[in-house]
Amino acid sequence: MTETKPENKKIQSTGTFKKIMADHFLQMDAAAADPKRKVAWCTSVGPAELLQGLGFEVYYPENHAAILGTIRKADTYIPYANAVGYSPEICSYLTADVGAFLQGFTPLKRAYGIEAVPKPDVLVYNTNQCRDVQDWFMWYARHWKVPCLGIETHRNVGDVTAEHVASISAQLKKLAQDLAPIAGHKLDMDQFKESVRLSQQCSELWEKVLRCGTAQPSALTFFDGTIHMGPAVVLRGMQVAVDYYEELLAELRKRVDERVSAVEDERFRLYWEGMPVWGRLRTLSEQFLELNTCVVASTYCNSWVFNQLDPDNPFDSMARAYTELFIVRSDEVKEDYIARMCKDFHVDGIVYHDARTCPNNSNCRYGMHQRLSERLDTPHLVINGDLNDMRCYSDEQARTNIEAFVEQLGQG
Amino acid sequence: MKFYAGIDVGSSATKAVLINERLEVVGRGVHPSGADFAGAAQAVYAQALAEAGQEAAGVAGVFSTGYGRSNVDFANGQRTEIDCHARGAYHFFPRAITVVDIGGQDNKIIILDEQGRRKQFTMNRKCAAGTGSFLEEMSLRLQVPLNEFSELAKNSQDPKVSIGSFCTVFAQTEILAKIRAGVRPEDLARAALESVAKRVLEAQAITTEVVATGGVVANNPMMQSILARILGTEVHLPPFPQHVGAMGAALVAAQTP
Repeated sequence: MTETKPENKKIQSTGTFKKIMADHFLQMDAAAADPKRKVAWCTSVGPAELLQGLGFEVYYPENHAAILGTIRKADTYIPYANAVGYSPEICSYLTADVGAFLQGFTPLKRAYGIEAVPKPDVLVYNTNQCRDVQDWFMWYARHWKVPCLGIETHRNVGDVTAEHVASISAQLKKLAQDLAPIAGHKLDMDQFKESVRLSQQCSELWEKVLRCGTAQPSALTFFDGTIHMGPAVVLRGMQVAVDYYEELLAELRKRVDERVSAVEDERFRLYWEGMPVWGRLRTLSEQFLELNTCVVASTYCNSWVFNQLDPDNPFDSMARAYTELFIVRSDEVKEDYIARMCKDFHVDGIVYHDARTCPNNSNCRYGMHQRLSERLDTPHLVINGDLNDMRCYSDEQARTNIEAFVEQLGQG
Repeated sequence: MKFYAGIDVGSSATKAVLINERLEVVGRGVHPSGADFAGAAQAVYAQALAEAGQEAAGVAGVFSTGYGRSNVDFANGQRTEIDCHARGAYHFFPRAITVVDIGGQDNKIIILDEQGRRKQFTMNRKCAAGTGSFLEEMSLRLQVPLNEFSELAKNSQDPKVSIGSFCTVFAQTEILAKIRAGVRPEDLARAALESVAKRVLEAQAITTEVVATGGVVANNPMMQSILARILGTEVHLPPFPQHVGAMGAALVAAQTP
């Protein structure tokens, strides 16, 4: 048997991506060393724009935890968090990150020469992701004896109502007041509005980047998205992210115009629902390439699309944007969303990642996968795994399941 | 006459099937997979050829399947075990069926429509509860050779004895507690087989007749009636339940130009 290994098509903007991500971490490191500058840790879908309006440098531990997963170091450090009472059943971002911290390890050292994650002056969460982010931040708050503040979100939201928006908006305003003494000054409304404006632009561009996956053949894969979403997570609210996505969008639109496919001879198109398997991005990406199958879209990468942000109405629009998120919505809304995405992206099948330590972002535990398959007449596959803890992932089972699923699609 | 071969390199056993161009089985082989998948594949292929009185030169195509499918260097192609079990079972029962394959390390439940097309498939989770290796653990604990497990279970007298634990390790400790309480090994053996069937029940809603395949079914005749009772449906066994995957691979070889 002869084996050919197709290669991922390189995205040229990756050079810019690496530079701006490096600048972000180096700037964060410098801010932590400067007593005049303040560092706030923020959840990835937390109130970053508000923190920027207060002049904080904003650091995102979820990004750090995902890097631990991607470089396959999470398994090494999770046990150290387990040993101090944080269960292997809870978020493996939390356990990997806390475990690495306990052992004095950060991947930022090898990548950028940074000795340690920046010490925060305050930690700010939004439970729209899950409750684990709160526990995660509280661990560091106790360790450093710094305040931990947050937004308590609504869950299982059907239609987003004025009451939902008002309650979150009120929490944001209270948060601005509570953060002012830590920042050393009041919220700068002009800066706040500017951050919201840039975030909105970043979001709009990021969505357009992802929509390049609607092209047939698709111009990018879910795996490309998991890498290039970095600036939408850690640099939104800043001009550099807007500039980056303009560059990336131009490159991908050129691909679309020239019918350049991300996966050579694209035969099937899949939707990925759930968290990435960070420790197996390359393996999975290569397997799909070999199967001439493109994972064209995902809920995950679209989680940093905030259509509702409006600089003229920053508090209410942030409240609405962070409540319209897929993850806090009712199953009915989630199912309609996935159905719409599958139609827009011309999807042949759906892959659900059942992430052992992330129940909040595993949407195949309450029958949704079976309901959607019936409704859309679209087959599905469930992969058991985890975002970071590769002890919960079987390479062989995943490989066989994916291969068999593509065989099934090939039956016609 | 042309011949075609299928090699199924499973986690516990490697199987081979040789068929003729009328798709009739003319030779079979089985060998522990051990640590040398390539060697096991060669051994079963030689067994199947010998049984059929054929030479490798007369075989027009070979396909491999199973965990070690990529280790069969003399195969012309490979398919997943899910595809091959589906094809093999449908060959013997050409109608809408659910294939339940209980292997050494995993279970597969495959739903086929009237034309034999796969509508859905499910494999067990990473844990080996409810698979052949679970029964291996149980046979060690009960100190009964695996090939006598079913005989032992046949003499069960207390139908109330059951093993409720989801995971193999918990099941082991549950059995220890039952042994301490004086429960008979016969009843524990039957409960272990039922536990395997219950793992199948919870994996997938089954609405058709079942075709059971794999080594566990082949080596434990009681599994057929236990599965039928627990799943509440008719359960059929193909002629060589352990060789159905290899049969499917041979069928692919025959259908591949």
